[in-house]
Amino acid sequence: MLLLIFLSSGLFLGWSLGANDASNIFGTAVATRMVKFKTAAIVASVFLILGAVISGAGTSHTLGKLGEITMLAGAFMVALSAALTVFWMTKMSLPVSTSQAIVGAIVGWNIFAGNAVDLNSLSKIATTWVLSPPLAAGIAFLLYLAFSKLLKIVSIHMFRMDVYLRVGLIMVGAFGAYSLGANNIANVVGVFMNSVPFTDFTLGGITINATQQLFLIGGLAISAGVFTYSKRVMMTVGNGVVKLTPETALIVVLSQSIVLFLFASRGLESWLLNHGLPTIPLVPLSSSQLVIGAVIGIGLAHGGKGIQFKQLGKIASGWVSTPVIAAIITFISLFFLQNVFNLQVI
Amino acid sequence: MLLFKKTKILELKMDEFLNIVNESGLVFIDGVRHYLSDNKELFEEKVNKLKKQENKADELRRAIEKRLYTETLIPESRGDVLALLETADNVINQVKATLLEFSVESPMVPKKFHTDFINLSENSIKAIDEMTKALRSFFKNPSGVSDFLHKVYYYEKEADKSAERLKRAVFADKTLKLSEKIHLRYFALHIDTIADKSEDVADRLGIYSIKRFV
Repeated sequence: MLLLIFLSSGLFLGWSLGANDASNIFGTAVATRMVKFKTAAIVASVFLILGAVISGAGTSHTLGKLGEITMLAGAFMVALSAALTVFWMTKMSLPVSTSQAIVGAIVGWNIFAGNAVDLNSLSKIATTWVLSPPLAAGIAFLLYLAFSKLLKIVSIHMFRMDVYLRVGLIMVGAFGAYSLGANNIANVVGVFMNSVPFTDFTLGGITINATQQLFLIGGLAISAGVFTYSKRVMMTVGNGVVKLTPETALIVVLSQSIVLFLFASRGLESWLLNHGLPTIPLVPLSSSQLVIGAVIGIGLAHGGKGIQFKQLGKIASGWVSTPVIAAIITFISLFFLQNVFNLQVI
Repeated sequence: MLLFKKTKILELKMDEFLNIVNESGLVFIDGVRHYLSDNKELFEEKVNKLKKQENKADELRRAIEKRLYTETLIPESRGDVLALLETADNVINQVKATLLEFSVESPMVPKKFHTDFINLSENSIKAIDEMTKALRSFFKNPSGVSDFLHKVYYYEKEADKSAERLKRAVFADKTLKLSEKIHLRYFALHIDTIADKSEDVADRLGIYSIKRFV
């Protein structure tokens, strides 16, 4: 019971991730009625969980290097502070990302614990945040050009294209959900990795280790978010903030998914290592910022007209403000938890 | 696979609809020629054929529209496709109504105006021909639509010029009664309207193809 209470902050983060970020993958598809919400929710949930359980360890390991939280109460407060930061900044209409909040919260925990912050890891993470939206923009730019050229070469009837797009949106959505689960599960339950008292167990010849069990629980929380709340967000995002056509949505989701996958795949990391190539850091990213990057990439392919460069400034301000606010909230909360409730947090 | 099969059927229906719209122009010009040559039987045959074509076009249009809406196909563009179908249907309606008026009202067309009537009719049906090519391109290759639109506009202007020339000639004629002149002007106006209706489809296509072209 106590374990569940402590995990609740992570589960809330998971619910919030499912409620908000599923729209980055299936928002346009559902809002334009190309894909039914039920289909989108099932595909998103299954692949989010698969991504989290199979490939979630990479980014979690990076967060672990930034701060190894061994006490369950500490992990609870770090996740809760990140959640509060996201909640408060969203309420204030400030640009915010869970990935950036959780990193700030871990730094806050480090400061509270008196540990030296691993500046090497921190700078690697920060550089990735800065580089990932332009990377998504570049991929979207190239995909858009390739897609346009292809459509000119092969004349596909509008009705047939509709079927291809529906199938494509579901397939790319599945890849997107897998990548999002793999990349962002670290934000949800990564901080609990060193403190949960789970043991490995084998089911039908498959061994599920403690981390995977934790990720499975996190994945289920994300699914709950997808099923209970994401439809509202999808209808808002799909029809409001960034309105995309199903064709552009396919490119945006694919670009976003590729970037999320690149920064989460341990398989790719070891392949690069084996071939003596520089590796890509495994860092949790903001899928919303990748979407904005990809939309800008398509805008550039269109000749750069109508791009709101103000958006970029907003994103950049979030890279600094979110971790700082999260670190401050975490520091104060840990102090409170330790001195009022007498719980060991470090 | 079932989805692809259903889509194929819908594509075929759309092709059939466009074939009928295009063919209606050919039937119309044949009908006008038979009327002017006083081949009553052949003329009535064309009138009946056009009636059937117009009915068939209506059936196909309704079937396509029903499927688009009941199966939520092309949700982003179905409003545009619906408008295109309706406006293209207006063309065939105009074609049928005009030839039917020849049958019902039997206007007296003096021989000296036959060439003008044929020219006007030819320009109008050329506008239909280019309009249906633009429509086909819209569904398969939206970037190529503009190649046909300018031809629709060209033939629509030519039809306007032919109609004006005909009307001026009719009203300058000293041998016709005013009632006959007004009657001929009415027919010139109706044949010219066929090209105007094709232009309406082209205007919509101009906008919708920009929207479609990613």
